[in-house]
Amino acid sequence: MKPQTMPPAPSPRLAPYLWLAAIIALIFSSFHSLDLAWHDLFQAQALRTTLEFLHGFAPPDIRPVHWQKIAVACLETLAMSIIGTLLAFVLAVFLAGLASGKFGSSKYTSLSRGLALFARAWLNFLRAVPELVWASLLVVMAGLGPFAGTLALAAHTGGVLGRLYSDLFENLPSACEQALEQNGAGRLQSFFYASLPLAWPAMLSYLLYRWENNVRAATVLGIVGAGGLGQMLKYHLSLFQMQSAASVLLALLLLVWLVDAISLGLRRQLAR
Amino acid sequence: MNPLAPPRNFRDPLFVRRCRQLALMLLVLMPLLHYSQFEPWLLWDAQSLQALKHFLLSCVPPAHDVEFLQLLWQATWQTIAIATCGLTLAWLVAVPCSLLIADSLSLSWQDTGRMRLPARIARQCLRAVLTLLRSVPELVWALILVRIVGLGPTAGVLAIALTYSGMLGKIYAEILDASAPQASKHLLHNGVGRCATLLYANLPQALPELISYTIYRWECALRGSVVLGFVGAGGLGQRMDESLKMMAGNEVASILLVFIALVACADLLSKLLRREFAQ
Repeated sequence: MKPQTMPPAPSPRLAPYLWLAAIIALIFSSFHSLDLAWHDLFQAQALRTTLEFLHGFAPPDIRPVHWQKIAVACLETLAMSIIGTLLAFVLAVFLAGLASGKFGSSKYTSLSRGLALFARAWLNFLRAVPELVWASLLVVMAGLGPFAGTLALAAHTGGVLGRLYSDLFENLPSACEQALEQNGAGRLQSFFYASLPLAWPAMLSYLLYRWENNVRAATVLGIVGAGGLGQMLKYHLSLFQMQSAASVLLALLLLVWLVDAISLGLRRQLAR
Repeated sequence: MNPLAPPRNFRDPLFVRRCRQLALMLLVLMPLLHYSQFEPWLLWDAQSLQALKHFLLSCVPPAHDVEFLQLLWQATWQTIAIATCGLTLAWLVAVPCSLLIADSLSLSWQDTGRMRLPARIARQCLRAVLTLLRSVPELVWALILVRIVGLGPTAGVLAIALTYSGMLGKIYAEILDASAPQASKHLLHNGVGRCATLLYANLPQALPELISYTIYRWECALRGSVVLGFVGAGGLGQRMDESLKMMAGNEVASILLVFIALVACADLLSKLLRREFAQ
């Protein structure tokens, strides 16, 4: 029997060490360039002000008038997230259909390719700008209030969902669609009766996941003036009404946890 | 002509049912439309169209004078630095927390499948703290912190550190627990310390996933730190807020362009890093 020989040792590579050095350099230069107020932060004085500030939060404001306002703001937040997500769904299906070439002619023409590229560019743009930036832009156009927030959610989520959906549409098995088209159905008919039903379950699960995200986002959109709980929080904090702000914060946490639980339950239902 | 072709006046057999479902859905959505003040006709109002036209016209060409570009570069670097510092601090908090709450490093859990009561209580308390940290959105943390430490990047760094330590701690513990238990079980049973077990059994399996998740979170922190500026925590967001308030469309346009480029770069960088370390 031949003596077993060990395989040769892998040759050492330089690249990981270079990357590691670059990361460490990035971290150090970040800490160096930001003039962080550490010494102010770790002083007895700072500790006292912080404690005083936090003490202002207790006890939370639980007057019924205040709770009614909070309930309305919660409803506003929920409504923003639901309507925004549904609008995004419509936008996403439309753009994803264009981007994956489901609406154009089935032949690979330069026109259909151009349309697909155009839709893809829009999807990337919508997705790259975060909700809060959309909201701050739209507040200029649609005015203060939840409508701007709804549109902002629709814009960003439309980009995210559209990207996911166009990938879904492209990876569908094409047999059903081809069968319909060979029997005389048009492109739109074959899209609605073959591709869409096939992709539907996955589309719904993405939609649910984005809705959960959007409730979270909707709670903070108000900070730039786009309605909901965030607007109330900012209002009370800037007037230094800490106790009212504390109860808004509690409502915000409850809402997020509630939606998490609902979404978990729904997903279990869908998966069953 | 194909004899199997559907008749020309083909109608959806489910047409009536679909209409009914759509009507029902719209009925349910009506109150929601009211609460979100959904009034799209306001957008076609002559005054708001005028404002929109004015704003869009002022967007071209994007601002590109040297002075503004210098400011923009400073703000961009500040955004990157806030994200990096915040994530580093979060990592420093999250690593010990995740080691404390990981079930797979508990001796009583490994032996009997149950945990001693004090150990369980301690873990649940720490988990609750982490849940609270990550349930408050980073923007809300920043809003509160700006009032404690004042305007500027310190509030942004602390906000990111607080939210992300909650997220990283939870996910790190989950990843450590998800690694195959045989190796760590054998080591713990045979008297190896928990520190050595972590280094020789759990970490080698979990490392690629841990690294890849950390890089992903850095990317998220970068997006987040842009937004934090809107409450006065420094970086690109703050500059954008100022430009928007002055209705300087050309500045807003160039800030948006820089932001999109920044996100694309971070995307590329994290892809490269993941290929290098997490395979």
